[in-house]
Amino acid sequence: MTVAPVAQHRSAHVALRALTVEVGPPHRRVAALDRLDLDVPPGQFVCVLGPSGCGKSTLLAAIAGHIATKEGYVDVDSARVEHPHPDRGLVFQQHTLFPWKRVIDNVAFGLKMQGIGAAARRREAQRLLDLVGLSGYASHYPAQLSGGMQQRVEIARVLINRPRVLLMDEPFGALDAQTRRKMQALLLELWASIRTTVIFVTHDIDEALFLGDRVVVLSRQPARIVADFEVPFTRPRTEASTLDPAFVGIKRDCLGWLSEPA
Amino acid sequence: MAATLDLAESRARPLRRRLPRATSRRTASNATRRLVRVASVLLCIALWQALVRMRVSLGIVTFSNVPSPSDVMQAFAVQLHSPKLPMHLAASVVRVLSGFCAAAVTGVALGLAIGRHRLLEDTLLPPLEMLRPIPAVAWIPLAILMFPSSELSMVFITFIGALFPILLNTVHGVDAVDHRLVATARSLGTGPIALYTEVIVPGAAPAIFTGLAIGMGTAWFCLVTAEMIAGQYGIGYFTWESYTLQNYADIVVGMALIGAMGMGSSALVKRLGLLLTPWYRLRGEKQ
Repeated sequence: MTVAPVAQHRSAHVALRALTVEVGPPHRRVAALDRLDLDVPPGQFVCVLGPSGCGKSTLLAAIAGHIATKEGYVDVDSARVEHPHPDRGLVFQQHTLFPWKRVIDNVAFGLKMQGIGAAARRREAQRLLDLVGLSGYASHYPAQLSGGMQQRVEIARVLINRPRVLLMDEPFGALDAQTRRKMQALLLELWASIRTTVIFVTHDIDEALFLGDRVVVLSRQPARIVADFEVPFTRPRTEASTLDPAFVGIKRDCLGWLSEPA
Repeated sequence: MAATLDLAESRARPLRRRLPRATSRRTASNATRRLVRVASVLLCIALWQALVRMRVSLGIVTFSNVPSPSDVMQAFAVQLHSPKLPMHLAASVVRVLSGFCAAAVTGVALGLAIGRHRLLEDTLLPPLEMLRPIPAVAWIPLAILMFPSSELSMVFITFIGALFPILLNTVHGVDAVDHRLVATARSLGTGPIALYTEVIVPGAAPAIFTGLAIGMGTAWFCLVTAEMIAGQYGIGYFTWESYTLQNYADIVVGMALIGAMGMGSSALVKRLGLLLTPWYRLRGEKQ
């Protein structure tokens, strides 16, 4: 599949400073993130790796502006994050398409919220569906699509807003291994043409090393950064890259960091 | 009372239709089953006829004053030509529709508000929860005192009866909207009003329609009781009047009409719900 270039995409600098976030009911607050500092330069593809339940999703929710921070802050291009904004597109694991909207209207949703007319937004949505290889599914309902196709629609829906940061919360976690590999390739292909900043959360080491320019490893809750390194493999990466001895070596390091006691 | 209608039941049907082809054995057994069902209904009617004809009296219950199915059919044929029956039916339909529509608007609006805002939940829900266990029928004496017009008091009873199933199903439907859908919508630039129209209302729609279908059933139930006590005209009044005038066959005509109207209007609401929520039937279908 070839991906047509997408014009006018901007990418943002994301800065986390001493970010502390607490979660849970009011009487039993637990720190999910503990004084996190992180800088993501514009256009970088960062994978955040961490054990299940370590606060990776909380980190994304904080950058997206869905939860309040206790201390510290998140800046995107030097502007403080306080509310959700279409500039920071969020993709969840699954089942967050609107089941009552047809595929085309799911994708066009962001433009509808901007007040763009039906004809114009559908035209743009169709273009994005072409981009993710779902040209013929515009009038289907999400329930009629497979898990992988639904994820493509999710990605198209978030890209229509031309986000400066793409926040992905284990987006391929519910897919089977083969579909996941295809979706990773598709994502890299899209990203190669839009070059937006990506923060991609996963607990899958292979996925992180295959996708990322850089990997940030988090500890168990409360999450702190235990490792932060550049992935030394050239792009485009293929299935063969994952069998490289260097790849396996880094993978072993990651396994070590992930199993460290808090 | 057709109160336990659920949209779930009719969801299974289109899926079955999509099966490539039913085996001949299956169609044969389906035909047999249908035959058995019809035969069962006919048998019950025959039993009723026999019990009445033989004037069976079992001590605690007697059939000697019960009209027989043949009497009822005759009475029904007579009523079909009477100018009074349409008036009774029209009076009931108007009351049910006014009470039900008022309950639908109030119940859905309150439910949407209560389901989304904790402050409203804490202020509005406790008094409503206190009123909920009181059956609508128990409101009749007070309603007669509260409303100078008996017409309005009957509509009020219908309203009370339909309100709670609609309200509670709406609250439940709003609660059940996936918080990730809300988060996604907000991330895509949805403001507070669009969040209602684009996410909360469609997300809660299947539950709302279940509530409306149940509410329609209870509306008929409550109206008929109210008409028996406070009415002039109306199908409940007709049934009760038939008793006082000793037209015993007409009692059963009235009962059958009440059942048919209740069932028909609930089915109508349910059909409307399916029409307006076409995606809901698709759940579980995959390519």
